[in-house]
Amino acid sequence: MDQSRPLPTNYVTQPDRVITSRGKTVRTEEMIINMGPQHPSTHGVLRLEIVVDGEIIVDAIPHIGYLHRCFEKHAEHMTNYQQVIPYADRMDYVASMNNDHAFALAVERMMKIEVPERVEYIRVIMAELQRIASHLVALGTYGIDAGAFTPFLYCFRDREKILDLFEITCGARLLYNYIWVGGLSHDLPAGFVEQAKEFCAYFKPKIKEFNDLLTYNEIFIKRTANVGVLPGDVAINYACSGPMLRGSGVNWDLRRDDPYAVYDKFDWEVQVGKGEVGTVGDCWDRHIVRVREMEQSVKIIEQALAGIPEGNVQSAVPKRIRPEAGEIYIRTETPRGELGFFIMSDGSGSPYRVKARGPAFVNLSVLPEIARGAMIADLTMIVGSVDIVLGEVDR
Amino acid sequence: MTPQEILDKLTSQFGDAILESKLDVAQPWIKIARDRAEGICLYLRDEPSLQFDYLMCLSGVELSDGNLGVVYHLSSIIHKHKIVLKTVCSKEDPHIQSASAVWGTANWHEREAFDMFGIIFDGHPDLRRILLPDDWEGYPLRKDYKVQEFYNGIKVPY
Amino acid sequence: MGILDLRLEKSNIVITSLDNLLNWARLSSLWQMQFGLACCAIEMMAASASNFDIMRFGVIPRATPRQTDVMIVAGTVTIKMASRIKRLYDQMAEPRYVLSMGSCSNCGGPYWEHGYHVLKGVDRVIPVDVYVPGCPPRPEALLEGIMKLQEKVRQESIAKKSA
Repeated sequence: MDQSRPLPTNYVTQPDRVITSRGKTVRTEEMIINMGPQHPSTHGVLRLEIVVDGEIIVDAIPHIGYLHRCFEKHAEHMTNYQQVIPYADRMDYVASMNNDHAFALAVERMMKIEVPERVEYIRVIMAELQRIASHLVALGTYGIDAGAFTPFLYCFRDREKILDLFEITCGARLLYNYIWVGGLSHDLPAGFVEQAKEFCAYFKPKIKEFNDLLTYNEIFIKRTANVGVLPGDVAINYACSGPMLRGSGVNWDLRRDDPYAVYDKFDWEVQVGKGEVGTVGDCWDRHIVRVREMEQSVKIIEQALAGIPEGNVQSAVPKRIRPEAGEIYIRTETPRGELGFFIMSDGSGSPYRVKARGPAFVNLSVLPEIARGAMIADLTMIVGSVDIVLGEVDR
Repeated sequence: MTPQEILDKLTSQFGDAILESKLDVAQPWIKIARDRAEGICLYLRDEPSLQFDYLMCLSGVELSDGNLGVVYHLSSIIHKHKIVLKTVCSKEDPHIQSASAVWGTANWHEREAFDMFGIIFDGHPDLRRILLPDDWEGYPLRKDYKVQEFYNGIKVPY
Repeated sequence: MGILDLRLEKSNIVITSLDNLLNWARLSSLWQMQFGLACCAIEMMAASASNFDIMRFGVIPRATPRQTDVMIVAGTVTIKMASRIKRLYDQMAEPRYVLSMGSCSNCGGPYWEHGYHVLKGVDRVIPVDVYVPGCPPRPEALLEGIMKLQEKVRQESIAKKSA
């Protein structure tokens, strides 16, 4: 075998012999490399056990559980459903508003509470602002994985403006405990609507700037196009959701297809990957779906800000939360995908069983399928495109 | 399809494997026999009018009478309908047939149910703990779980 | 004005004690190990970004423990992770410091009561120098923690070994 050419991608392992250009036989075998749990590009404490044949990956096995913080056990011991919301915050810590929203919705459906329309509008605004903030973290760190440090700084600069908006509303930058069962913890402060409108006007040209820096950069395209291709039917079988599913060409978004909030009042589009620079379902598709979702979120926020009705955000918050015995499963669209809460109640004030179905947990299980046949350098791009947050994977 | 139609199709196909059902609640559920889970799930996924191709969630539960169970939440992207399936087993004989050959996502969900409750899934390709260390003692989400005092020399409680 | 500017106005001779010189060199370039575990890691990343900029304190993130001085334990430490943290701490070269960021690594945080898999404080496996409270602490709080660590380094002496 001529050692000067790279191996073809359909190379079959010859376990015993490789004949070098000098005519000597060399024995080869597969190697197991350990990546993590402390690693700069695994986005948290994820351990990957990679079986490689030279530079080509034969199998990539994720080992998780390094951040298992017993959310479900805590939820069972809380004396009040509202007390579970700070723990739900800390599950997907990059997108806390969406976590609060999902849990509060689940309890409200069980108790059949109707929230005022002002609360619905503010929840949508907060959820979409949080979606932009979460995608900025994902895209910034994805640039670092590829080796580009500047987009990370630009993304975090824009993210600080969103965190300022959250801070004037509820006092916290990262973990809010803002969306309560039946309403919100605080109403919008004076000046929020103007500051948010200013942010939307400021942010729209920044998306183009980010695209010029990273998305349409030739090096980035070479590293992400045709890498980690996930076919649509495999994605559905592995229950992928969010940009993983939409990047593979499946037109499915829970905000439109399984409605849980007032998204039908606004004019926006679901973004789907089309394989513009490579194959449908590769890493670039997932990346561009996230960028375009940010644009759509800005559109939704502007429309919502223009039409917030008046009202009292605390008028539907119940004094005692005591749902009837029963169970419910509610799913919402977070920046990572479908976050579901399965709550079983036995009629008392504390939950009997809470199961959190984290989108990152489910999306990560498809990693062995899409990493097979890639090179080790591609693996960092594939893991980054899944956009995992370990708090949600391990709960 | 309505839940009643789904139940009728299942009973006509599987008869005695369908044990119980409750269709008048907000999320109707159907209880199935624990050793026929894979066949029923395969039928639900492949039958053209049902096509439940998306397993939303698979949760282990411990019921108030001390038995263990699994709850499957299925949905269909094509037909946009949902259904809930349930199975029950006892703590002394915690075996349920695995659905990991039907949906690839059931693999990790079942490993988590095994990790947290000790439910053993027959036919699962790789049933081992996923969230806790491999030599952890006990199944934490059971109601009678007692935290161990020390793990490899590290004190566990506060 | 720093030591160099003050002393080198007229000549290029500086007279100081060896302790001062070594401590000044060490505290001005505390290289940190990129070790974000959970939510506090996002605040640590925000502290490295341009709004708060931890690099002006000399703190640069390095990927490997062999090249670092300070390990900022940001986030919840679980029992599964505890043995790995001990191994990483052992790989750091002395003088090495540990800054525990956030209440999960200080004392177990909100998971202290029912968290069967949470280590109640990272000081159960490694010795900690500075504790930064908060859940998560603001980036300014982390910067204050770095400054407190710098105060601590300033008091050191190569004659007396600290604990």
